[in-house]
Amino acid sequence: MSGPNTSYDPVQVTPLNAASVDAMVAEALAAFAAATSTAELKQARLAHAADRSPIALANREIGALPPQARKEVGARVGRARGTITEALKAREEEIKAAELARILVEERVDVTLPVQTQPVGAVHPITALMNLMEDVFIAMGWEVAEGPELEAEWLNFDALNFIPDHPARTMQDTLFVEPDDGGIVLRTHTSPVQARAMLTRELPIYVVCPGRVYRSDEYDATHLPVFHQIEGLAVDKGITLGHLRGTLDHFARAMFGETRTRMRPNYFPFTEPSAEVDLECFVCHGASVGNPDYPCRTCKSEGWIEWGGCGVVNPRVLQACGVDTEIYSGFAFGMGVDRTLMFRNNAEDMRDMIEGDVRFSRALVGTAR
Amino acid sequence: MRVPLSWLRDYAALPDDLDGRTLAGALIRAGLEVETVDQVGAEIAGPLVIGKVLAYEVEVHSNGKSIRWCHVDVGPHNDDSGSRSVVCGAHNFEVGDSVIVALPGTVLPGGFGISARKTYGHVSDGMICSAKELGLGDDHSGILVLGEPDLAPGTDAAPVLQLRDEVLDIAVTPDRGYCLSMRGIARESAQALEVAFTDPVDRVVPAETVSGHPVELLSEACPLFVALTVTGIDPGRPTPRWLARRVQLAGMRSISLAVDITNYVMLETGQPIHAYDADLLDGPIVVRKAAEGEKLTTLDDVVRPLHPDDLLITDASGPIGLAGVMGGATTELSLDTRNVVIEAAHFDAMTIARTSRRHKLSSEASRRFERGVDPQASYAGAHRVAELLAAYAGGTLLAKETVRGVVPTRPSTTIADTLPAQILGTEVDHAPVVRLLQAIGATVADAGERLTITPPSWRPDLNDPYDYVEEVGRLIGFDTIEPVIPTAPVGRGLTRSQRARRAINLVLAARGFVEILSFPFASTTDLDLMGVPVDDQRRRLNKIVNPLSEAAPYLRTSILPGLFAAVARNRSRGNDDLALFEAGSVFFGNDPLVAAPRPPVTQRPSVEQLAALDRALGQQPRHLGVVLTGQWMPEGWEGAGTPTGWQQAIAFVEAAAAAIGLRLDRRAAEYPPWHPGRCAEFTLPTGEGIGYAGELHPDVCAAFGLPARTAAAEVDLDALIVAAPATGEIPTVSSFPVAKEDVALIVDDDIPAAAVERALRTGAGPLLESIWLFDVYTGPQVGAGKKSLAYALRFRGSDKTLTDAETAAARDAAVAAAVERTGAVQRTV
Repeated sequence: MSGPNTSYDPVQVTPLNAASVDAMVAEALAAFAAATSTAELKQARLAHAADRSPIALANREIGALPPQARKEVGARVGRARGTITEALKAREEEIKAAELARILVEERVDVTLPVQTQPVGAVHPITALMNLMEDVFIAMGWEVAEGPELEAEWLNFDALNFIPDHPARTMQDTLFVEPDDGGIVLRTHTSPVQARAMLTRELPIYVVCPGRVYRSDEYDATHLPVFHQIEGLAVDKGITLGHLRGTLDHFARAMFGETRTRMRPNYFPFTEPSAEVDLECFVCHGASVGNPDYPCRTCKSEGWIEWGGCGVVNPRVLQACGVDTEIYSGFAFGMGVDRTLMFRNNAEDMRDMIEGDVRFSRALVGTAR
Repeated sequence: MRVPLSWLRDYAALPDDLDGRTLAGALIRAGLEVETVDQVGAEIAGPLVIGKVLAYEVEVHSNGKSIRWCHVDVGPHNDDSGSRSVVCGAHNFEVGDSVIVALPGTVLPGGFGISARKTYGHVSDGMICSAKELGLGDDHSGILVLGEPDLAPGTDAAPVLQLRDEVLDIAVTPDRGYCLSMRGIARESAQALEVAFTDPVDRVVPAETVSGHPVELLSEACPLFVALTVTGIDPGRPTPRWLARRVQLAGMRSISLAVDITNYVMLETGQPIHAYDADLLDGPIVVRKAAEGEKLTTLDDVVRPLHPDDLLITDASGPIGLAGVMGGATTELSLDTRNVVIEAAHFDAMTIARTSRRHKLSSEASRRFERGVDPQASYAGAHRVAELLAAYAGGTLLAKETVRGVVPTRPSTTIADTLPAQILGTEVDHAPVVRLLQAIGATVADAGERLTITPPSWRPDLNDPYDYVEEVGRLIGFDTIEPVIPTAPVGRGLTRSQRARRAINLVLAARGFVEILSFPFASTTDLDLMGVPVDDQRRRLNKIVNPLSEAAPYLRTSILPGLFAAVARNRSRGNDDLALFEAGSVFFGNDPLVAAPRPPVTQRPSVEQLAALDRALGQQPRHLGVVLTGQWMPEGWEGAGTPTGWQQAIAFVEAAAAAIGLRLDRRAAEYPPWHPGRCAEFTLPTGEGIGYAGELHPDVCAAFGLPARTAAAEVDLDALIVAAPATGEIPTVSSFPVAKEDVALIVDDDIPAAAVERALRTGAGPLLESIWLFDVYTGPQVGAGKKSLAYALRFRGSDKTLTDAETAAARDAAVAAAVERTGAVQRTV
């Protein structure tokens, strides 16, 4: 380093003349441009922009100039340093971007490879469908009532106007539990839950009763001895068959979209009037009937699907459950959940519902419920 | 009930062009369950004609079979020889007989096509048909030979034999016994189509008279008994073809003329009718209840010990019939019967139902009596049988007849004329209500606002006011009633338990567990194989009286055997990686057994009675179970998989608990069916156990065909939900930095990790945010019988940044507690 100068002689300090400074800048810019990696650029930076670089050394010489020369030279060197720094920064960014681009290309993976995850879990389709059905009624202000599967004969039959020895009792092949003739059965329908609701809840009552039921029935593609029902019960002042129709239509639409129900008179001991409820096919809307070119697997080209039973609650049932028949009337309905799953989701064989095959359980995972 | 349309037309003036499907539609709307409309004989086509046998040659062939080479006159269908020649294997016909010939081109029932074919050295130009081949019953013992010799050869056989018809198959509900007859269906059809109805019950029951065969009624279960005597019948006469055909189309077999006639009249009127061989009757007919120890051999040749509640038809010899169910063998009609006594009686429905059930004997008669028979049909039915016996069997009806008892009167019911409108929710005025009730045959005393209704004799189901509401409803059509959605009061949504079960299910599914459903039936064999001790509560089984399978006659007390079976079934189908769970009821029986009361149904049972009902049902908690085998995380291109083990069974229970905000403790336990060294019992904060998880005992795996190291868990789901916190608490979320400290502790091998963790937590105090066991080491560095547990502790202040000294103090306190409580020694790294 030169010592402080007291006399001005710019010619003596050659690195500070314009040509030299320009040359330094040119060399630096060329070196930066020549660098193609962060490492090379680092070398160029050390050579042309760091503390030991010519321009840095030149900068130090400014102090040795006579005061009157410092201003001009200082400005020149300052500009040069600025140019170099900017060029360095720009080149740094260019190289970083280029390197990132290269890395991103190099890091490419086959995104179509299967990813290793745990096998998917599932809620059983029957459970999912029952929850869906419950939600339709919850949204209407109804509640979900439940009861035991092993049930008193009094609640399963007697209270529901099944007269002892009446043929209606044999309509539902019952599984009895010991003691023999002890009045204990596996419930043949979820109707005893309705009776329990009337015995324990405050009026008015609006409940649905989902659950498992038992019949000593066949075990084949369309029959299960253990299956699921959902029943509904409304007991209020002024309940009519029209209310039943309105509720069933709403239930049908909430479950299946644009459709409607129809009622065919039938017989059940616990309702009077009683009816079977059919669902207009929500897939073909009857277009498949008598039209072999457009068969419908949902309704088997019949236009209507048998869905369940329903009716006005027989006053004898209300009476057995302590409801004042002078003030209150009610309606009730019931559907098979397993059967609904069959026609709603085209399940072919009912046995699959109870055999526990994981492929059946997982079938509806991810589909809109 | 099978109803031939042609038969129905005898009583209902149905339009000629009405087809079965249209009628079925009308009947369905009126509340009859028409299951099918069979197009009987619809496939029959081509030249199926009457033929007259002109001649035949008998030929015995080398296979030993003898055939007839027949030459049959088929009128206009004859070839140049003046006949057609057919090979026939039957021998039950003679020259001159009329037979049915299916000429080439004919299609027989079942779509069986006939062509000329070479057989037994001839070209057989068609086939001579048996009754079975024509769809006329089971007789295939020979060909069908027609009784009428005057039928012109070549006549189309289908109308002659009534081969084509439409038959409605109707499932009759228990309240509509009257629809188990052509009469009842015709009445409904006529009403539905608004056409005329002619009642085959053409006379009412007259006043009591006993000039015919003597009859005594000693039981209230038989209020009416009609007995007619027909003499001089010829038992050899065949059943007229039309009558046999009708009986056959209605689903019954043709037996003999007299039996066919009684069946025919039962099908026609709904009144079951029995005929006795009058010469075998010993004195007066007495209807009474059975005495203890009496026996009866019924027509089906079964000796039946009788019950004092069985209603009997008896004579001086003893029981001769199980009233309303089946006749006895001793007075049965035979080929020698010349004189018959016709019985048309009325019996109490419940008595017949009980007897039928008691003897496991359901007959056409009992099916009708159980559902209610029109007592007014008895007298007309008996006369109809006598008429037909006279016409076709050459019998003579004796003028002296017996009518014992009277038609039971039916109580009338008074209803408000507004009741139908009020219950149906539609407008039905006074006049239409009256008209509709009269249309079903009821007598209506119209007193303005009150209607007093007496039901028709054939409708035992009409008793209550609402019964008449239904009649009005089905006549106006339920479809005409406007749908209205009722407004329920505000609801409370799902219950806590229902919400909890849904949350648990969804969390378990999200964690990779698959829900299944299984039959909840159980066997003691399963419990034995699981190693369940004799005094275990899982032996408190409910036994099913009439199980679906004798192999599983109990209700389950554990959810696991069903899951084991599902695992085995899945594996047999190639599904090897399984994490199956089920949530459902298990059933613990009462010991000793308790019967459930059957209080009267005319009023609400008392609180005590309801409590007794529930007590009789035992305990039925919901359990949650899982069985795991195969790979938890499957092997893939990224690396090896993770096999399932006891850890996932524990994770299952903890996930279920966490789903409802519950943390369970666990401790080592020995409990079948688990591996005694790999079984955890879960406990609630109260210390109460609620279930187990771990690896199954190797013997259990072997016994149930499960792979080695299958894991399982079962907990009391209801108890889990009850123990869950009602609401959760949200802690203050501190924004101050976390301080991390690792500690390694050496403890004896038998010290549970949970105890060490518990001590650390207690000692660390409130600054501890979380604790994580990140390493377990056993080996030479820690010495035999010891293990090293390494924990990562995270500390955080709720209101300030912790100093190094504060963190260290908390860590040291944690270690000190572990040292004190578990004998741990801190391992220096």
